[in-house]
Amino acid sequence: MPDGGGSQFVRIAGLKRYFDVSAPWLVRTIERRPRQIVQAVDGIDIEIAKGETFSLVGESGCGKSTVARLVVGLYPPTAGSIEIDGNDMGGRHSAAEMAALRRRMQMIFQDPYASLNPRWRVFDIIAEPIRAFGLAKDKADLEARVGGLLRQVRLNPADGRKYPHEFSGGQRQRISIARALASEPEFLVCDEPTSALDVSVQAQILNLMVDLQRRLQLTYLFISHNLAVVYHISTRVGVMYLGRLVEVAPTETLFTRPKHPYTRMLLDTIPDLDMTGRQRSPVGGEVPSPINPPSGCSFHPRCPFANDRCKSERPKALPIEGGTVACHAIEEGRLPIEDRTYTVGT
Amino acid sequence: MAAASNNQPLLEVRSLRVEFPTRRGTLLAVDDVSFDIAPGEVLGVVGESGAGKSLTGNAIIGLLEPPGRVAGGEIRLEGRRIDNLPYEEMRKVRGARIGAIFQDPLTSLNPLYSVGRQLVETIQTHLPLSASEARTRAIELLKEVGIPGAEMRIDHYPHQFSGGMRQRVVIALALCAGPRLIVADEPTTALDVSIQAQIIALLKRLCREHGTAVMLVTHDMGVIAETADRVAVMYAGRIAEIGPVRDVVKHAKHPYTKGLMGSIPSLGVRSERLTQIDGAMPRLTEIPPGCAFNPRCGARGQRCLVERPDLMAAGTTRAACWLHDRGGVGPAVGKETVDA
Repeated sequence: MPDGGGSQFVRIAGLKRYFDVSAPWLVRTIERRPRQIVQAVDGIDIEIAKGETFSLVGESGCGKSTVARLVVGLYPPTAGSIEIDGNDMGGRHSAAEMAALRRRMQMIFQDPYASLNPRWRVFDIIAEPIRAFGLAKDKADLEARVGGLLRQVRLNPADGRKYPHEFSGGQRQRISIARALASEPEFLVCDEPTSALDVSVQAQILNLMVDLQRRLQLTYLFISHNLAVVYHISTRVGVMYLGRLVEVAPTETLFTRPKHPYTRMLLDTIPDLDMTGRQRSPVGGEVPSPINPPSGCSFHPRCPFANDRCKSERPKALPIEGGTVACHAIEEGRLPIEDRTYTVGT
Repeated sequence: MAAASNNQPLLEVRSLRVEFPTRRGTLLAVDDVSFDIAPGEVLGVVGESGAGKSLTGNAIIGLLEPPGRVAGGEIRLEGRRIDNLPYEEMRKVRGARIGAIFQDPLTSLNPLYSVGRQLVETIQTHLPLSASEARTRAIELLKEVGIPGAEMRIDHYPHQFSGGMRQRVVIALALCAGPRLIVADEPTTALDVSIQAQIIALLKRLCREHGTAVMLVTHDMGVIAETADRVAVMYAGRIAEIGPVRDVVKHAKHPYTKGLMGSIPSLGVRSERLTQIDGAMPRLTEIPPGCAFNPRCGARGQRCLVERPDLMAAGTTRAACWLHDRGGVGPAVGKETVDA
């Protein structure tokens, strides 16, 4: 784990979240079934510096959205700690302290159709955080703030009078971003913010997010399954598999010198425009159930480099080339690290 | 790719129009779309939501949701007109001559029947086989689409399969009567990237082996780029550009296609900003006169505002853009500041 001393803005250590998905007690007793626990997030350490974009990638069910929800406090963690700018989110705080802490972080959700209240006008949607945290002095100040926020996301202040259904998907995601910015946060957790959008609209939203980050010095935790988007927007990337981080690296390093076999597999599967006529090498197997994760390294059933040690011993995250990787094959030097190049389109 | 150009195309679509009558007037969702698919060819159809790509696919398999209807044009399969067939006749074509694969494998399988029963039913509907012969064929098909333990899995129900495995079952269903054409509507959108690669590879292999042509409808340009032989880019119910996939991806001629390709983040080139096309596709009720793309186009001229371009030769592809006409676009008019 890279130790940034006191400079890290977000510090997540040993974060775990288990969900109990057992059958009801009576059914369990009669049918003699054990409890079933999903280890959605199983010990994750992340540090994010101020102004940086840290991305989490992985396939569905790997726990990346659970991490996002844990970080903003929508779920309490089973174990581990989350520190934002030196404040432990799990520690004892007065209500006022907690509110002050909450104001500094906001979340943008995947589905802009589900995350806006259809019965509220856009003005009220964006004004809600301002009102909740008492940021506006008076009505005129509130109106000025909402108008400014709408302009910031390239909408018209007059749009505040409309309802969400009057907007397209991309415009709604802009409204979500304006709402997230309303409490003047420093840290935004974005859970698949562009997955529901068309590519040309996705480009608009990504460009907007990059502009806002630069202007407002925002820190992003960006969750996505789209590696090309992650490559474009991130400073550092963490790859998740079955609730664990298998590799963390600066973006350029992760894409040009991927280490963990799972990262390599993910990179192999990206359909790239420049691959016209080239064959992707599909990897067999699917993500196993997180209820009974495989022993040892959870990737070993799909890994072509797995040996007996991988089946029994869980690999630890070891520092390498500015990041970390949790893989026995890399640690033992069984798996050489290769450079990858991408043909640049003309 | 496979077919010589003098062969008769497998599928001919001519001036297809699909409309939706509504209280406020008739909406034209697919407007004057024409294309061919050669035997064994993979034609990709891309576009953003609402471009009319799925409706074009549904019109071909005769499964337009009412009140949507084919309002004009012709669809011919192997020279035979299929857009005006009675429902029962069309049912025989569908499945036997045209297979369909939809986006969500869970909704295209019946949850109450085992996959074996669904396969056997489809096989027996279209082929003169006994129940046990049909079952043998069903097991062969499941093996062919890469389902491990097919003899046992055939009696399982859809919920016992994972998403990727279900999509394999759907592919087996689509292939079971040996169709000449498969209409695949977003077959990999609901799947994870690693599974998506498996399914695309499978679809490609099977269609090559069986000589089946595919109309691949998707919004994912990456999938098209590695699968299709030719690609049609749709915008606001019309084809904006059509041509060999490499030429369309690398040397797009229509400003919309150019913008679309630029807006896709790709590996290897990490620029500060992605190319973006401002604005959004117009709603069907608000399609501007002239070229439907004109409010968002950086190259628009006077002519684009009034006259609608048809597909015209533009180098190796065909594009619906006045830039490629001898008359040009006319005097330049600035891009509208469209409220994005």
